[in-house]
Amino acid sequence: MGERSVLVIGGGVAGMQAAFDLAEAGIKVFLVERTLSIGGRMAQLDKTFPTNDCAICILAPKMMDCYRHGNIEVLTFSEVISVEGEVDSFNVKILRNPRFIDEEICNGCGDCAKVCPMGILNKFDMDLRVRGGAYIPFLQAVPLIYALDREKCMRCGLCKVVCGKDAIQYDQRPEIVEMTVSAIIVATGFDALDPSSITEYGYGRYENVITALEFERLICAAGPTGGHVMGKDGKEVKSIAWIQCVGARDMRDNRPYCCSVCCMHATKEAILTKEHYPEVETYIFYTDLRCFGKGFQEYVNRAKDDYGVEYIRGKPGEIREKEDTNLEIFYSPSSDKVERLEVEMVVLCTALIPSEGVEALAGVLGVELDEYKFFKLKDPYNFTETTRDGIFVAGYCQAPRDIPECIAHGSAAASRAMEVVLGGNRNHEKSQ
Amino acid sequence: MTEEIRIGVFICHCGINIGGVVDVPAVVEYASTLPNIVHAERNLYTCSSEGLESIKAAIKEHNLNRVTVASCTPRTHEPLFRATCKEVGLNPYLFEFVNIRDQCSWVHMHEPERATEKAKDLLRMGVAKAARLEPLEELTSDVIPSAVVIGAGISGMTAALSVARNGFSVHLIEKEKEIGGMLRNLYRLYPTDEPAEEFLEQRIKAVKEHKRIALRLSSAVRAVEGYVGKFKVILDENGIEKSIDAGVIIVATGAEEFEPEGLYEYDGERVITQLQLEEQLKKGDLNWAGIKNVMMIQCAGARGEVVGYCSRICCMNAIKNAKLIKEAHPDINVFVAHNELQAYGEVYELYYRDAKKAGVRFLRFPLERRPKVRRSDGNLVVDVFHERMRLDIPLEADLVVLSVPLVQNPDATQLSKMLKVPLGQDKFFFEAHVKLRPVDFATDGIFLCGTAHGPKDIGESIAQGYAAASRATIPLARGYVHSEPIISSVNEELCIGCGICESVCPYGAIEVVETEEGGRARVTGVRCKGCGTCGSSCIKRAIKMYHFTDEQLIAQERAAVVTEVIS
Repeated sequence: MGERSVLVIGGGVAGMQAAFDLAEAGIKVFLVERTLSIGGRMAQLDKTFPTNDCAICILAPKMMDCYRHGNIEVLTFSEVISVEGEVDSFNVKILRNPRFIDEEICNGCGDCAKVCPMGILNKFDMDLRVRGGAYIPFLQAVPLIYALDREKCMRCGLCKVVCGKDAIQYDQRPEIVEMTVSAIIVATGFDALDPSSITEYGYGRYENVITALEFERLICAAGPTGGHVMGKDGKEVKSIAWIQCVGARDMRDNRPYCCSVCCMHATKEAILTKEHYPEVETYIFYTDLRCFGKGFQEYVNRAKDDYGVEYIRGKPGEIREKEDTNLEIFYSPSSDKVERLEVEMVVLCTALIPSEGVEALAGVLGVELDEYKFFKLKDPYNFTETTRDGIFVAGYCQAPRDIPECIAHGSAAASRAMEVVLGGNRNHEKSQ
Repeated sequence: MTEEIRIGVFICHCGINIGGVVDVPAVVEYASTLPNIVHAERNLYTCSSEGLESIKAAIKEHNLNRVTVASCTPRTHEPLFRATCKEVGLNPYLFEFVNIRDQCSWVHMHEPERATEKAKDLLRMGVAKAARLEPLEELTSDVIPSAVVIGAGISGMTAALSVARNGFSVHLIEKEKEIGGMLRNLYRLYPTDEPAEEFLEQRIKAVKEHKRIALRLSSAVRAVEGYVGKFKVILDENGIEKSIDAGVIIVATGAEEFEPEGLYEYDGERVITQLQLEEQLKKGDLNWAGIKNVMMIQCAGARGEVVGYCSRICCMNAIKNAKLIKEAHPDINVFVAHNELQAYGEVYELYYRDAKKAGVRFLRFPLERRPKVRRSDGNLVVDVFHERMRLDIPLEADLVVLSVPLVQNPDATQLSKMLKVPLGQDKFFFEAHVKLRPVDFATDGIFLCGTAHGPKDIGESIAQGYAAASRATIPLARGYVHSEPIISSVNEELCIGCGICESVCPYGAIEVVETEEGGRARVTGVRCKGCGTCGSSCIKRAIKMYHFTDEQLIAQERAAVVTEVIS
């Protein structure tokens, strides 16, 4: 039997941590990521609470550490399509989607992107910026290898002409690679709910109602507006309100759960706004302020006392757009009256839900999901263990959690996989 | 013959992070006028794959023997650039970092011209130092393949078991006679309501039966010596001193419940804490006769009352006990007076809903108007301020249960000194990085899990136990550790053995030993963190700090004030 290895599915912060720990312990890891770059959701954030560390600044070295690690093979733009066998010997098939640019040859110079005449909304920037048909999702992408968007590409041939390394391959085919691994760690993260269905807030209809992830891109110095918080009409806004629990703790779509991180990221976004624009008014509408982590209460105190962020308890019933695009928020601070607050921008802290495609993946892996599509635990007190032996789980895909919890969870899942690989026997002791 | 100094300078735009303020092309142009510079270029992101490839190519093409990057911060990026130099055969300590983002474009974002001038100044200083850098070699030392876990609560037990299953022996140290920690006092667990005793029993069995785990009960840590790979932990085991050698240490010493002496009429009888309630529920010795109303008060002593933080688990714990009482005694009124209810995540929110369905009443008070407990004719009355009605509602209570925070255990201060690891403002152990390194300490080879790090429930403590096990297994599985060569070194000819350095070293890395010439200071390289305290306190200038030598620093300082640098 060859080298014993572990498959990690998902290249966000939880998956990277799991992969990195295993690799550091001398274990071969295949890190499979569905998008073009590892980094996950954290890469999209501007800063992180409660320290206001720049997200990409602290994440980028971790991404490079993973990618450069001799024991980690990073497979981006790839999906797990089949898993057979059992713990200690899973046979895995991975579909490698074609980039239409040779991964071995491309040196990331970006000449192809410069000449591409296409304009396509960039998903990484929450559709707030245009990229070419030849692109990387963001500048610090790892690996720095371009891809062609074949759905939009007109095959004009310009990129092929300018590529000095002849890396463009219009006829590249999907490839399937196979491997045998001893254990699997799933860390597929979350998507933000599209709040268009929460019609009372007018997302999609009102210009200046945006989501929290869109706000992260707006306030990010490397984002589409260079860090300027502006409405869709381009004018800098003078007042912003954040609304918590949009589509979460809400039975309409059977999503009763709390997403755990929104109270804090709204607090962070309000603090950042105040740092950029001390004169902008900031309001946070909340249900229960969930500031239970280390240093969180102190962070909220600072938001209130030092930055003047105003917290309003209550879930607005409706938002109306005025003719001047200002937004009127209607809410009820007590049972017998309705108040009105006018702001220029509303940020919806939408439910964060298990990422798209998780059901299909669970089917491939032969593990169960719970009612809300989070990975189901065999033992409710052991967050690492799925319903199938040898398949472990880490991060938000198991239940809502923040970045340090995802990292600890990534390490935790790594230790479970180490138990299989280093413990070295087939009938490894059952979890306690 | 002295080597010709050939420095390459790489200046980063960091997208617009630097380039939006600092005139990067002007800095590049300035760099090429400095002494010893044979190559200067700018990159959109020097840390990108493209930027790193460019550094490597330039080292080869221009035969560079020093590299200076002017970009962000060495805290995050120095390892990356050093590794890049190493990849093409340049000693990584011939790399010098200049921070023109934090120190120029960020702090002077409204003064682009002056920020650019400062970037030039910093670069000139960095290059002056770079010219005098010396190659250094990393130190390698072996790792004793075993772990010490301090504390046998649920997180320590989990960590011990996982390290043992990873193939390494573990000494699990517990100050009590029994393992199990705070779980031993609990009644039932949320969210399954299963008895804590049964839950713990299976886990204790697994720990006791594991052949690679040695239990050290009734044991207290007296001293810790050594460093990653070679720790020596001195124990007092039942009054007998024992010494244990281990490669890594995991701190899992737990927390305890705050005692609300003097608050809310606390008397330990009719006004008790949640833990006291659980002990009574567990023993079944709570006399329910005459109890019609139970009032639980959240944040008692927390969130600004005594401690500043939110203790995370008290809301769920109160909801659990309230629900269990209501289910067992449907005719008793159970109230939970709370401020922000922390039923976070997926399962806890559902559990909270179940408690409401079971008939537990939740009353929300504002934090600036906490409930007041008073005695009236021998009865307890709790005044709860009603937020919407804006008035105090007096509620009779036969039993008041205070949800008090978890606080650091009093032994922690001593242990933090022995291990030379810090406690935070909240007195809990302070991890290496709040965001990225939740279970590591800044000191290599020492890890952290469970409530010693901050309030956590059972599942969260178990997850951290596994996480610490993973981090601790890494050096054990590798069998060796590398440590940085940026350490101090003593010139024994100048040293007079005065011992000042020994007294100021925070890591116990330098000590005076007797030699034929008299007392002389010696450095234990692997323990030294390169902080420089010894060097700056040495009255004979006998201590040299590698990578921060007097010669290097003086050259750097000169360059700060002398614009025309002479090589």
